[in-house]
Amino acid sequence: MLTPTTVDEACEMLSRGGAAPTLIAGATDVLVHWPMNLAARDRAYVDLSGVDSLRGISWTDDSLTLGALATYWDVVRETRVGREFPLLVSAARQVGAVQIQSRGTWAGNIVNASPAADGVPVLMAYDAVVVMRSSSGVEEVRLDEFYVGYKKMRRRSDQLVTAVRVPRRAHDVQFFEKVGARRAQAISKVGLAVAHSGAGWRVVAASVAETVRRCRAVEGMLERGEAVRSVGDVVSALRQDISPIDDVRSTAVYRERVLARLIYHGLRGVCPGFS
Amino acid sequence: MRVSFTLNGKAVSLEVDPSARLLDTLRYSLGLTGSKEGCGEGECGACTVYLDGLPVNSCLVPTFQARGRRVETIESIDPASLAAMVESGATQCGACTPGVVMTACWLRRHPELLSSHTARELMAGNLCRCTGYDGIVDGIEASMKKGRC
Repeated sequence: MLTPTTVDEACEMLSRGGAAPTLIAGATDVLVHWPMNLAARDRAYVDLSGVDSLRGISWTDDSLTLGALATYWDVVRETRVGREFPLLVSAARQVGAVQIQSRGTWAGNIVNASPAADGVPVLMAYDAVVVMRSSSGVEEVRLDEFYVGYKKMRRRSDQLVTAVRVPRRAHDVQFFEKVGARRAQAISKVGLAVAHSGAGWRVVAASVAETVRRCRAVEGMLERGEAVRSVGDVVSALRQDISPIDDVRSTAVYRERVLARLIYHGLRGVCPGFS
Repeated sequence: MRVSFTLNGKAVSLEVDPSARLLDTLRYSLGLTGSKEGCGEGECGACTVYLDGLPVNSCLVPTFQARGRRVETIESIDPASLAAMVESGATQCGACTPGVVMTACWLRRHPELLSSHTARELMAGNLCRCTGYDGIVDGIEASMKKGRC
């Protein structure tokens, strides 16, 4: 167990080679599969909780920055986030319950890379950027280009996610929907984040593909202002974007149908082409 | 590894395995058996303690992460402050009660949260399999009127 106190120290530990170290922030994902005997494992564990510079939320004129240790609860309690990025608060309040929100981090949600993540869809809908540091420098990757396959991402094992940066824009449409087996303490069967700003439409879906992903065919339909008269019209576009499966939480048929309905009913009366 | 933190207002320092969970350290190394293990994966809330004043599932906290921090357990709660919950029948089999009480007392100390959240949402991380939720919520509401926890 390595316990760095600075980002430089953490990056040095990640660059030592060998099996990719497991990073620990709020520990809510790592501890669920926690080995009872760490010494028997072939890898190092790097605890980030002592790296104080990664804590907290900060603002500049054009962006909000969530430090790698910023938690869901940090966001829930920051009223300015609620005003400017209400979907971050909506999603945060649907992650587990307070006991998880007080520990779980946004950056951890990103690198855990679950297709059912709650934090990732809203960040992606707001065009968030993942900021990474390593001994060889800083790299920034747009969150919508970060995932390349199931649990695969454009982060090398020597790179540390230090922050998530979200551009400040005025949004005239934004909503987040999570469908789970129950209202709290549930993992999503279907997740949806939709946002519209000067940068265009963003329609981001969770639990319907190998990764959380933007639904670009649906976004294109919205950009062109196409007439959408039924849930079926949404399904046609959506089929180019998603590849849902049957698993322990839901079925492919249910996921596709529910996601299409969430999009249709969420945009009807809001988006000009919808009737 | 050596870990030092504040536990229920007193400094403690002990040697722990890096894989030790805070829940086990509290129960088996420090003898505070009030916090219970229900699910062991952050769903049920029976192991709720405060870490730096916020409710957390102690089954999901590696003990070493408590270094330099403030931990409070159910043993720090004054039983006299629970009268309203007892009267409303907020406890049935009792397995969830230590966790329920911890979250309820945290809520009572932060009434400002009720301007943005309902008591039910804030209590959502504590599962009661007797499904005695109405008694729990009634007890919290009655005790909010009376004050302290």
